[in-house]
Amino acid sequence: MAQIELSAIRKSFDGTDVLKGIDFRVEDGEFISLVGPSGCGKSTLLRIIAGLEPQNSGQVHIDGRHVDGIRPSARNLAMVFQSYALYPHLSTFDNIAVPLRMRRLSAVERLPLLGALLPSRRAKERHIRADVAGIAEQLDITPLLRRKPGQLSGGQRQRVAVGRAMVREPLAFLFDEPLSNLDAKLRVHMRAELAELHRRLKATFVYVTHDQAEAMTMSSRIAVMMGGELIQAGTPAEIYNDPGDIRVAEFIGSPKINILPGRIRKDGGVDVLGTALKLSCSAAAGDCRVGVRPERIDLGAGPFSGTVVHLENLGAEAFVHLAIEGAGLRLIARLADVRHLPAMASSVAFGFAPDAVRVFDPAGKRIELRVEQAERIREPAHV
Amino acid sequence: MSNAHSIPFRAILRHVLLIAGAALMLAPFIWMISTASKPQTEIFSSELHLIPHQFALAENLREAFAKANLLRFLLNGVIVTVSIFVLQVMVALPAAYALAKLRFLGRETLFALVLFGILIPPQATAIPVFLLLHKAGLLDSYAALVLPFTISVFGIFLMRQFFKTVPDDLVDAARMDGISEFGIVWRVMLPAAIPAVTAFGIFSVVAHWNDYFWPLIVLNSEQLRTPPLAVAHFRNNEAGTSYGPLMAAAMVIIAPLVIAFLFAQRRFIEGITLTGIK
Repeated sequence: MAQIELSAIRKSFDGTDVLKGIDFRVEDGEFISLVGPSGCGKSTLLRIIAGLEPQNSGQVHIDGRHVDGIRPSARNLAMVFQSYALYPHLSTFDNIAVPLRMRRLSAVERLPLLGALLPSRRAKERHIRADVAGIAEQLDITPLLRRKPGQLSGGQRQRVAVGRAMVREPLAFLFDEPLSNLDAKLRVHMRAELAELHRRLKATFVYVTHDQAEAMTMSSRIAVMMGGELIQAGTPAEIYNDPGDIRVAEFIGSPKINILPGRIRKDGGVDVLGTALKLSCSAAAGDCRVGVRPERIDLGAGPFSGTVVHLENLGAEAFVHLAIEGAGLRLIARLADVRHLPAMASSVAFGFAPDAVRVFDPAGKRIELRVEQAERIREPAHV
Repeated sequence: MSNAHSIPFRAILRHVLLIAGAALMLAPFIWMISTASKPQTEIFSSELHLIPHQFALAENLREAFAKANLLRFLLNGVIVTVSIFVLQVMVALPAAYALAKLRFLGRETLFALVLFGILIPPQATAIPVFLLLHKAGLLDSYAALVLPFTISVFGIFLMRQFFKTVPDDLVDAARMDGISEFGIVWRVMLPAAIPAVTAFGIFSVVAHWNDYFWPLIVLNSEQLRTPPLAVAHFRNNEAGTSYGPLMAAAMVIIAPLVIAFLFAQRRFIEGITLTGIK
């Protein structure tokens, strides 16, 4: 249980800046996801927290203690790796026991043959066996304890890796894309399992992923990283509904948010595709970009129209791909009712409520809007 | 139709060629066994025959064991090859780990020097090493046989290449678990690299068991002789070489390797494929 504080963390590899000054605070007991496209520096940041990689400047505090220059194991964090990194020559039991043996046994007691003869080691081994058995029980891997990692499936290896992390009761857990080697179905299952584990342990989790769905479904807070900078942090709902930057809006949410070209008039009104929206803002006149989530596009009525070019029916929902004539633009609308799909190549009218609109300036920063008048009352979107 | 004929013909040709090659390779061994089984008179007879008229293998073996302390020589061979291999592993594994997994200034230069070291034939350094051992007063001892080979650049290179394939995550996981860097070498890398260590072991043991050149240079005392020198024991310019016992002794000294090969044939082939050398 610990809070982790990062201040002005910078890191460069061979002259390339990977992290450009990260300030961030992970609260005690939080499940925080560091999310971003590959190469954004999120894994490097995690490795800096772990102590596996030294930062060029900046400080890391864990539980108020300054940990720079302290060995990874002495920071008392546990890490679960993407490849699980189980010791291939050791059984599941021994894999989980390694951190305990390294901590509790002296160097002499760890000696292969001689150590086994020492009575003190036997007593400690008894405790280790009990602890490992307890963890195995919790993770439901007791039948696997005698197997080698090579004989385990991906999901089982994943659990063993989590067990190896849990057994030492660390201050915080670090996860480096732990689900990306699993197949899609198992990934969804393990998502629920990890979230459940977090609720049970009430420990601090720092979870690195490039999969926004994992971040959205598991974490209490998401930190979105792009190009070595942390651009927004907040709860999943905040990040989804109130993206502060167009890159965040585009990265979070699947299918991607629709971005339409717009214009801010001199009087502060916003035009999209030549139609005025019932919105105003105080930003300077000029070009802007207007984002609308697929589920906020209402098909059937509205001032805009497009041609259906592709339909994706997923059973419970459907995605309608529309091409907008004249604008060379495509957008995606989500249909909750799959029984009434528009026909391919047909022309469909569509619109969106003013509160569904997010406007970004040409640099990608969010522009605050005022809704001029509520045309109709809508339920806020559930995410 | 021509296909149906050409396939067996090709297969026959292939086998004939392979058998001819194998026979060529085996000929010296067969000749050795044949000579070791003949009495002195038959060895020098003008007619060539493989199967001796009179079997004298037992006598030749008895004479070989009587004239030279073959068991002692075999024991020397074991002591020397095992010591060399153990020391080589103790040097090569940490070095290879550092070259493969640690980041430090000059790593690439050091690795280039390792590669350069592979290119230097041992004969080229024989005289300086001999002089060094002489100054150190170590000539004519086990140390003289073992020490020059403890740092195997080939071993460092081979293990480094293998360690490169071990995922970095495994090393990081070990660090998180509190294993020291030397601990990582012995507890994590060594078990992961057993196939490479075996391959290197085969190469090292065979090379040093059969080494004739270096022991011949540094040894004087008879009791320190390694197996290949035992054969030379039977060469005698004054009394004439006694070929029967010589061949019998040769049979005895290659026997351990042949037996080891038969037992570990699969590993042997794996090892040689892995190292890419014969």
